[in-house]
Amino acid sequence: MYTQALNSSDGDDRGVEDVARASQFQARIDADERIEPNDWMPAAYRKTLTRQISQHAHSEIVGMLPEGNWITRAPSLRRKAALLAKVQDECGHGLYLYAAAETLGTSREELVDAMLSGKAKYSSIFNYPTLTWADIGTIGWLVDGAAIMNQIPLCRCSYGPYARAMIRVCKEESFHQRQGFEIMVTLCRGTAEQKAMAQNALDRWWWPVLMMFGPPDQVSQHSDTSTKWKIKRFSNDELRQKFIDATVPQAEFLGLTIPDPGMKQNENGNWVHSPIDWDEFKQVLAGNGPCNRDRLAARRKAHEEGAWVREAAMAYAEKRKSRQLAQAAE
Amino acid sequence: MATPNVPLWEVFIRSRNGLAHKHVGSLHAADATLALQAARDIYTRRGEGLSIWVVPSNAITASDPTEKGMMFEPAESKIYRHPTFYDVPDEVGHM
Repeated sequence: MYTQALNSSDGDDRGVEDVARASQFQARIDADERIEPNDWMPAAYRKTLTRQISQHAHSEIVGMLPEGNWITRAPSLRRKAALLAKVQDECGHGLYLYAAAETLGTSREELVDAMLSGKAKYSSIFNYPTLTWADIGTIGWLVDGAAIMNQIPLCRCSYGPYARAMIRVCKEESFHQRQGFEIMVTLCRGTAEQKAMAQNALDRWWWPVLMMFGPPDQVSQHSDTSTKWKIKRFSNDELRQKFIDATVPQAEFLGLTIPDPGMKQNENGNWVHSPIDWDEFKQVLAGNGPCNRDRLAARRKAHEEGAWVREAAMAYAEKRKSRQLAQAAE
Repeated sequence: MATPNVPLWEVFIRSRNGLAHKHVGSLHAADATLALQAARDIYTRRGEGLSIWVVPSNAITASDPTEKGMMFEPAESKIYRHPTFYDVPDEVGHM
């Protein structure tokens, strides 16, 4: 039903939009109804969601690379099995999300091609390198921790297929953060060298993780309409604050220092961070982060090297179909 | 004369706003339009649904329940896929 009814855009929501329909649509959103693939929706809602969900999917897929880097070098079989399972989950999350994005009428192939050509973005965080084993702990603890902050409100997002995909993702994500934190606890209770490695990883990841929540509220270009449409339920700054407040006591527990000497607790108990270097964020989004070229090159290589598998599977399916037809005719 | 077969359809219903369609049963109908109407009359007489899908039964490929052991074995032994496998000290609180 999805592919048939939805891959053809019938044109009724392009061009001049029906004012009555748009206000009816907004009324449904305001009443907390979920929008489903066959429902009428403004073209801009469809476009915004296609962009957001596909970027989210690309992030899951590209996110496999920095962690995959350590699978063969994990310090024990326990850690290796866990990391392998985590990277597998990220792939699964990417696939749930691509499927949700496809219900809006853009094909999987188009979405993937947009990522490979560099036209579509993915989360800035995955353009940073994983230099030591402590980076794997830090990613689970902080990157997945930040992702969870972001994703829990998305479970109530107005678009049904996205919300349902996020429920699945969030359920699975909890293991990711816990395995990361367990690695950090182990390192911090280990030798002085191991603890220094953990601190070094935190020093390198802290600021990029804060940037994951996106630009500050005053300059965020997508927030207003996304809030009106209940795609976004909290602002970038609100989520960032929630994340910092949850993380500070965890760092304290580990005996690690957050690399922001200017950070202070205000009268409400919130930890106020020093200014974020948004130029760095812009540079990474523009393709000039430490690993942007590597990441895209790795995805392109995997895609090209998988071409023969896709072709062979389709050819085999064709062959079986024609054989069955021939047998039926006999 | 034997009665000719009428195609079989599987029925899926979205019971509430925001939930996915769930399989509720099957029915016989000559075509998709009749199947939708029949599904409404058979499965939603007490307002059980917001939306109905009907799918030709022969379009469904199913796994073999008698081979479920082999089918799902890969997931059986991987306890490390569950959050409870990891030790997070109590002082840290919920994670």
